[in-house]
Amino acid sequence: MKEELTALEFSFNQVLETLLIKKLEGEEFTLKLSSERSQFTRFNHAKVRQTGCVADGCIQLTLMADQRSSSRQFTFTGNWEKDSQKAYKALQELREELPVLPIDPYLVLPSGNNTSREVHYSNLLAPETVVSSILDEVTELDFTGIYAGGVVIKGYGDSSGQKHWFATDTFTLDYSLFSSSGQAVKGTFAGSHWDLANYTAKISEAKKQLQLLSRPAKEVPRGQYKTYFAPAAVADLLQMLSWSAVGEADIQQGNSALAALSRKEKQLSAKFSLQENFQLGLVPRFNELGEMAAPELPIIENGILVNSLVNSRTAKEYQKTANGANSSETLRTPEIRPGNLRLEQILSNLDTGLYLSNLHYLNWSDRPTGRITGMTRYACFWVENGEIIAPIENLRFDDSLYRFWGDNLVDFTNFQEFIPEVGTYDSRQLGGSLVPGMLVNDFTYTL
Amino acid sequence: MWSELTKAIAKFDIPADWIGIRAVKETASNRYVRDGIPQANGKSTTEGAMIEVLVNGCLGYAATNSLEFASLEATAQIAYKQALAASKWWIYPFQETERPKVVGEYNSPYLEPLDALSPGEINDLLVRMCRTLKVHEKIVQTTASISTSERESWFVSSNGSEVYQKFISLGSNYGAIAQDGAIVQQRTNNGWQAHCYQGGWELLRQENLWQRVQQVGEQAIELLTAAECPNIRTNLVLAPDQMMLQIHESIGHPLEIDRILGDERNYAGGSFVTTDDFGQLVYGSPLMNITFDPTVPGEYASYAFDDTGAVATREYVIKEGVLQRGLGSLESQARAGIPGVACARACSWNRPAIDRMANLNLEPGNATFDEIISGIEHGVYMESNRSWSIDDRRYKFQFGCEYAKLIENGQLIKTLRNPNYRATTPEFWHSLIKVGDTHSWQMYGTPYCGKGEPNQAIWVGHGSPVCVFADIEVFGGGS
Repeated sequence: MKEELTALEFSFNQVLETLLIKKLEGEEFTLKLSSERSQFTRFNHAKVRQTGCVADGCIQLTLMADQRSSSRQFTFTGNWEKDSQKAYKALQELREELPVLPIDPYLVLPSGNNTSREVHYSNLLAPETVVSSILDEVTELDFTGIYAGGVVIKGYGDSSGQKHWFATDTFTLDYSLFSSSGQAVKGTFAGSHWDLANYTAKISEAKKQLQLLSRPAKEVPRGQYKTYFAPAAVADLLQMLSWSAVGEADIQQGNSALAALSRKEKQLSAKFSLQENFQLGLVPRFNELGEMAAPELPIIENGILVNSLVNSRTAKEYQKTANGANSSETLRTPEIRPGNLRLEQILSNLDTGLYLSNLHYLNWSDRPTGRITGMTRYACFWVENGEIIAPIENLRFDDSLYRFWGDNLVDFTNFQEFIPEVGTYDSRQLGGSLVPGMLVNDFTYTL
Repeated sequence: MWSELTKAIAKFDIPADWIGIRAVKETASNRYVRDGIPQANGKSTTEGAMIEVLVNGCLGYAATNSLEFASLEATAQIAYKQALAASKWWIYPFQETERPKVVGEYNSPYLEPLDALSPGEINDLLVRMCRTLKVHEKIVQTTASISTSERESWFVSSNGSEVYQKFISLGSNYGAIAQDGAIVQQRTNNGWQAHCYQGGWELLRQENLWQRVQQVGEQAIELLTAAECPNIRTNLVLAPDQMMLQIHESIGHPLEIDRILGDERNYAGGSFVTTDDFGQLVYGSPLMNITFDPTVPGEYASYAFDDTGAVATREYVIKEGVLQRGLGSLESQARAGIPGVACARACSWNRPAIDRMANLNLEPGNATFDEIISGIEHGVYMESNRSWSIDDRRYKFQFGCEYAKLIENGQLIKTLRNPNYRATTPEFWHSLIKVGDTHSWQMYGTPYCGKGEPNQAIWVGHGSPVCVFADIEVFGGGS
């Protein structure tokens, strides 16, 4: 792997070098690389459904001149001569295109002298041992899910001399264990070293939860219930803030669920604090302009919006201060600060209500008022007098974040969990969220 | 490309029962303007090959973005090793019959090629759209975008398949956000990214284009002062641009056979439908006729062959309310023992094919739009999706629309904002009481149907007339 990584880095550097030589005066450019070598093995009923490997990579070249910009994306194979030829061809195409495009008054040129290089090596399962290592532990279970493992590379270079290289070799095993009645426990196992003992322990823990799920499911009528959200469920709600909420452009353009918070018409509970925490080190700190985000950036402190995510383009348009946000102004490594609720207090403080392990298919039902709808899913229980009584039939909820992170928030747990990002659209995603569990009064269930 | 790929297979030194290569080359462009200012001008090219190898009933795959022989050979070896390593644990013993020999070609219909407009002309169009959308100072955001794609695929196999397909597609989207204090309303052209079709620039050059752009801006303003959608149970009339989403989520996904077999349970979910339901289950009212139809000219997911070489044909999935067949590939049909369709598709060369719905359409009935509205004493008419959510078994859903009208005594009387509705899938389709005729039938598409592990976003098309559903829970927005 080390040799292959070295070859890919050399090839990317050659592409960058070629463009620096060919660049004309008055032209600026950025070069963005995304590449991976991944194994994807998909399971169903503790058998293999699909298994394979993908070697992929692409480079995006953005050319800027005379207050205009355009980009070309092409495949990155690691053959530096061919990749450099493609880059030069893209540069020539962009030169032809730029003069016919409209002026962009908010175009930001690359600047500064940021450089970084992070390479994380690992000890992953050999491809031929992935299946047996995973399935040997679950042969008697209805196990389904996906193992994704391998190297992911993010690279950056530009005409001002900034350069970044981030390579990490990791795996995620995202799985579900089903009971015969269709109830399920969800689990994720992720890291850079496969540890059989840890994996076995996680499966053992899941088996215990599966036993709880074997009781007949309780049908809970629609209404408002006190609810405990386990960290994975909190992470799902948190993800909504990346979709038209915390970005400054969304706030300015009438598109944000946090606009009322921004206008100080509403506030959230003083117990709610959110920050970007790059100290976790799981995602690159550089953005599409090579800018480095601060190690930590508070966003909501004690219920007050103290920072939105502002990229340099938005900053230029609305006379704000940029804070290293990416082009879409989404959360990249979020953390919700813990509260005071101890693990052993969860059920007793919940008393009677719902214990939700996971949520599913969230969407804004009324974005300006922060209202979110979605479903309960996986290991969700009815609790009475501090005791788990039965799994529930899945419920639809529809409630506003101004309620469940506002007056109705009882407390967050005093512990956090890291919920890894397991998405694989376009390429394997990196990072995840660091979140506590939370207890909420009167959460609204509608169907 | 055919001959290079065929020669490559012949040269591979692999003791496999079957080998297939699916090479894909796609050039796509995206141009996006906000408030008259360019936000994105870009073109991307991807090319690569997916190689599948069948060994002792077990399929392994490997994909590479280098089409040189050495790379293809190394990739085939990886696929072979993947199949071998999994062979003891394989879920079903596949055979070569799930990858039949097929030879043929498909080309998207189009009149004006994608290079008929220069990047400058496209940007001029988008800027003009933004200006036309800005009908009032309370319009706080205008957006317009156009995306194009030219995708070619070559499929060859060790049992003699040779398929070439070329897809030309164009998607357009424009909309406006209006704001008055805390009231914010959005209106787009039939919902976000709903205008996606196979074809060229003729798709955009429609007579009423500028009228429609202006109407979208005006309706955003209209919604600022509209009444809130009431919380009631009533007759719900859905326009074809919302029926698209309704069909997609509550018919398309639950009928995917791989979901029913449990492949998707860890990600997108399972289904309330079981394998025993095919040929038996009364899915909805007798007015309900659903076809899987990849043969509709210009619909977004039309094709002649799926990505494993199955020949695509029009099939009834639900006929007069009764479930006939599933949306399952040859692989899924073999596993489940139920009839399916040619629907094994992958989003690109770097993902394996899985069951996908392609074009799924509701066939027209015989009621005109005027007849439908005039026959309703009380109801709500909704257009253009803005919110979608359904559970993992595709049972309990809640959808929201951008724009609605209250119906009273057979007339559309006033505009409503924040319209939503919720129901369970069987209850909803059984309440279908009227289906519009061919004049109200419209088709739309989306490039963002998500599914699969590893994840894939793929293009689907849906056509439908206006439909009426009785006694549905309808409600508005607010905290």
